[in-house]
Amino acid sequence: MNMLSVTISAKRYPNGRCAIENLSFSARPGEFVAIVGPSGAGKTTLLKIISGLDTDFDGHLELAGQARVGFMFQEPRLMPWLTVAQNLALVDPSAQGSRLAEALERVGLRDCAGLFPRQLSGGMQRRVALLRAFLVEPQLLLMDEPFQSLDGPTAEQLRAQLLTLWQATKPTVLFVTHNLQEALSLADRVLFLSPGPSRIALDFAVDADRPRGLNGHAVQCLSQQLLADYPDLLKGRIAAPA
Amino acid sequence: MSEELSSQPAASAWSRVWPLLLLTVLWQLVAMQAHSRVLPTPLAVFEVLANEVMSGELLFHLGKTMARVAISFCLAMLLGVGLGILMGRSRRWDRVLDSLLILGLNIPALVTTILCYIWFGLSESAAILAVVLNKIPMVAINLREGARAVDSQLMEVAQVYRLGRLARFFKVYLPQLYPYLFSSARNGLALIWKIVLVVELLGRSDGVGFQIGSFFHFFDISSILAYTLAFSAMIFLLEALLLRPMENRLNRWRL
Repeated sequence: MNMLSVTISAKRYPNGRCAIENLSFSARPGEFVAIVGPSGAGKTTLLKIISGLDTDFDGHLELAGQARVGFMFQEPRLMPWLTVAQNLALVDPSAQGSRLAEALERVGLRDCAGLFPRQLSGGMQRRVALLRAFLVEPQLLLMDEPFQSLDGPTAEQLRAQLLTLWQATKPTVLFVTHNLQEALSLADRVLFLSPGPSRIALDFAVDADRPRGLNGHAVQCLSQQLLADYPDLLKGRIAAPA
Repeated sequence: MSEELSSQPAASAWSRVWPLLLLTVLWQLVAMQAHSRVLPTPLAVFEVLANEVMSGELLFHLGKTMARVAISFCLAMLLGVGLGILMGRSRRWDRVLDSLLILGLNIPALVTTILCYIWFGLSESAAILAVVLNKIPMVAINLREGARAVDSQLMEVAQVYRLGRLARFFKVYLPQLYPYLFSSARNGLALIWKIVLVVELLGRSDGVGFQIGSFFHFFDISSILAYTLAFSAMIFLLEALLLRPMENRLNRWRL
């Protein structure tokens, strides 16, 4: 049974340009799917459609049951007027007292409950956003290049925290990125999008044990292999392998 | 300013007080020089003020005026905020109501007041209505700007996480309007004081405006100034005890 199945026959922007055409895929419960595509391939639009924020498209969307959805955006998008604790309680009113403290402890923010987002570093704000996404105990977690603007070590730390949280509750994850190594180090499966109007150019299963470091052997091998087979893969173009 | 407030409250209080003291001293000097019936000295005015307070007269009229100010302020804020949000969110309503708003902003308070009294009689509700009508357009214009500037990204967060209507409005939407709310509350209060007095002068038999009207007939300048002083004191109290602490509290996250 699938957690999610997406079929988009067409999605047009208000200016008439076609962003997505004949794109379809599905994801199993607990599967970690990365979506890689060149910029302008409609990756963010795709996530907005799946989350229900954008309903103006042709096609259909099947979510198992009344799936709870978590969404981590490119920017942390915390409410600046609420403290860390209040931001978390906003999405999950039961996040109080010891439950809240435990949750904060898990992402290493034990002493930050009373601080406002402005008082946190970019990395810490993202950890709060990550925690917020997991607090609703999502069955489907959408992530839109969430670690993009962070420095290397901070991003690595957040990726590790993401994997720990994911392995504890096993939601289905759709992780959008334009970084091939990041996709290969995290996901069970990578979907490569073509340039707009986008569809799935390649559906690639990642067959390697976790944890796989971004610069580790497994990820490097896989990415070299992929780029050797499909030199224009990151531009979203697949020539038939020679 | 915020820094000043938090680190040196005493110094900041003093810097608010000394210009007023200076003004009083200047007034005393000029009045002593002029030695005229139309400009009594501050001391003479304070004496009248004390008598009026003792007799209970001043407190009665001040209370009446304050009640009118409070009621019309709340009504005007509520309706103005609603109208502003509606216009900021919907282009269609904005187009429909925009010309009415401009008309409302520019009709003199005196005209609205007189028309309200003529059409609805010299009643308390006509008086309140006149004040509210004068004030709504200003609040609405201010809040419309705020509603237009609302961050759609944060609203998306509220939508994705399926927040209830109340949480969405009070924790995500409204906080973005606080700066606009405060500026209209402040300007609004100032405007309402002024209009309430005119309304009282024209068609009520109590309140500060009515009293000042009668003093004018008797050329009683000391009493006019005494009422003005009492009135200003109220405004300073409101500002210091209500508006500023509230604003500081709601702006805590900006520090």
